[in-house]
Amino acid sequence: MKTDLSPRMKIALYGLMLILLVPFVFPTWWMVTSSVKPISDIFAFPPEIIPSRFDFSTYGQAFELQPFAKQYWNSAYIAAIVTGGTLIFSSMAGYAFARIDFPFANTLFMVVLIGLLIPSEVTIVPLFRLFLSWDMINTHWPLILVPVFGAPSVFATFIMRQFFIALPKELEEAARVDGLGRFKIFWTIALPLSKPALGAVAIFTFLHSWNLYLEPIVFLSSPEKFTLPQALTQFTDAYGGAMWNIQLAAATMTALPVLIVFVIAQRQFVEGLAHTGLKG
Amino acid sequence: MTVVASPSELSRRKRPYWTMARRDSLAGYVFVAPQAIGIAVFVLVPLLLVFWYSLHEWNVLAQTFRFKGLENYHRLLSDPGLPEVLIATAIFSIFLVVFNMSLALLLAVLLNQKLRGITVFRTLFFSPVVVSLVAWTIVWSFLLQNNGGLNGILDHFGIEGPNWLRHPTTAMIAVVVVQVFKNVGLNMILFLAALQGVPKELYEAARVDGIPAFRQFRRITLPMISPTVMLTSIITIVGSLQVFAQIAVLTQGGPGMSTTVLVYYLYQQAFEFHNFGYGATLSILLFVIVAALTFLQWQMRKRIVFYEN
Repeated sequence: MKTDLSPRMKIALYGLMLILLVPFVFPTWWMVTSSVKPISDIFAFPPEIIPSRFDFSTYGQAFELQPFAKQYWNSAYIAAIVTGGTLIFSSMAGYAFARIDFPFANTLFMVVLIGLLIPSEVTIVPLFRLFLSWDMINTHWPLILVPVFGAPSVFATFIMRQFFIALPKELEEAARVDGLGRFKIFWTIALPLSKPALGAVAIFTFLHSWNLYLEPIVFLSSPEKFTLPQALTQFTDAYGGAMWNIQLAAATMTALPVLIVFVIAQRQFVEGLAHTGLKG
Repeated sequence: MTVVASPSELSRRKRPYWTMARRDSLAGYVFVAPQAIGIAVFVLVPLLLVFWYSLHEWNVLAQTFRFKGLENYHRLLSDPGLPEVLIATAIFSIFLVVFNMSLALLLAVLLNQKLRGITVFRTLFFSPVVVSLVAWTIVWSFLLQNNGGLNGILDHFGIEGPNWLRHPTTAMIAVVVVQVFKNVGLNMILFLAALQGVPKELYEAARVDGIPAFRQFRRITLPMISPTVMLTSIITIVGSLQVFAQIAVLTQGGPGMSTTVLVYYLYQQAFEFHNFGYGATLSILLFVIVAALTFLQWQMRKRIVFYEN
C-alpha cells in the first residue's frame, strides 16, 4: 500500500482528510472562540469562525454562579489520586501476575479479569447501597476507591502484565542471584523500565477519572462537592435554559488544559496507546 | 541454586524456612492483594448483591427493604417501556459500532499513507478523545440546537435543517454521531498500529504478481489486522452499551423514549424514580446482554480471525 503517490492522488487525499477533519476540529474551535464572544455573536448568521468582538466576562461569571474553583480542584485532586493509586497498585499486581510464580496465580488473574467484563453500570445500585452504609454518600471516596481498586483498574493491571511479560527475564536474574528481594527488584529494575506502559496507563486513567459522569451524579449532591463534568451541566438560568456563553467558557476551562498537554506530548500519547494498548 | 559461594552441603543442612520459593509466594500475594481485594469488594460482592437486590423492594427514604420474590422480574417482562428501550439500545449500538469501525479503518488507511505532515492530521483526528466528554457534548448540543450552529450553516446554503434533538430519528443519529467523533480516534490509532505491523514483503509479492490495490486490501490487509478488528469491536460494542453522559446531556433519553438506552433507563428507574429493586433487575439484564455478546464474539473469533500471534 505504501507506494509513492502521484501528485494528483496526494492532493485528493489531503482534500479528503481536510473535509473529514471538520467534525473533529470545528466543535473544539467553536467552543474556545465562542467562549470569548458576546452572547449575541454566538448566534450570529453566518456563524463567526474568528471572533470580531471579545467579551471575557463570562470567565468571571462562571466562578460567581457556582463554586467553580472548588469544583475544578475536586476534579483535579481526584484525578491525581486515582492516577497515582492506579499506577502503584496496578503495576504491582501486573508485575506479580507476569513474573512471580505463586500458587493460584492464574486463578486469581482470571478472577481479576472478570472486572473487564462487567461494566461498572451493572453494579451501580449495590455500590450506592455499599457507600450509603459506609456513610460515604456525598463524599469523594466512591470516586477514588472504585476506580483505583475496582473494575476500571483491571484494564491497567492487564496492560502492565502484558508489558512485564514481554520484558526480558535476564534483566532481573542478576539481581536475584545477588539476593535482592522482590520488592527491591520491582522498584529499582522493573518499574523504571516500564515507563512507556506507565505513561499509557496514566493517560487512560486520568482521562477516565476526568470524564466520569454517572458516578458523580449518583454519589454527589452538593455543588461544592461536584466534579467538573457535573458542574458544566449546571450553568442554567432560572428557567432551566442553558446560559450558553458561560457554559462554553466553563467547558473551555475544562477541556483546554488537557488538550494543551496532549498537543505538547502527543507522540507519547498516541504511540503509548498504540503500543501498549491491546497487544498480545 | 542461588548461593554460589558457600559449599552446597552447608545449604542442604541448614535450610531456612523462608526459601526463595516461599518468599516469592508471599511477595506475589502481597503484590496482588490490593487489586484482588478491591475486585472482591467493588465488583464480585456487588455482582452477587445485584441479584439479591433484584428480589427486593428498597425504599431509601422510608428505609424499607422488603423481599418481593420474582415480582421485579414479572415487572420486567410486562414493562411496556422496555421493548422501546431495548430497540433504542440495539439501534444505537449497531449504528455506533458500524459507523465507528468503518470510519476508524478509513482514517487509519489514510494516515498510513506516505504524506508530508501526516502526524498533524493524526493529532487533530485524535484530539476529541482528550476533550472532556461533557464539554464536547455541550458544544454539540449547542451546534445541534434549532437555531444553533449547524442549522445556521445549512440556512446559509438555503437548506432548512431539522430540529435535530427534537425528532426521534435525527436525535438518534445525533447521539451516535457525537459519540463516534468523540472516540473514533482510539480505534483509529489501534488500526493504524495494526496496519503498520503488516509485513511489507506481502505487499511487494502481491505487487510483483500484479494484484490490484483493492484486492491487496481485502486479501492481505484485512486478514492480517483481523485480530485487532475483533478486539476493538468487542471493546466498542461493550462501550456502546455503557454510553450515559452523552444521552443525559444531549437528549435526556428523548424525545419520548427514542434515545433512552438501557443504562439511561436503569439510571432513571433507580436514581430518579427510586425503584432500586427494579433498577437492580435492569442491571442484571444489562449484565446478561454484555456477557452474551462477549461470549458470542469469542466464539466467532475462532472462525473469523485468520491470523493471531
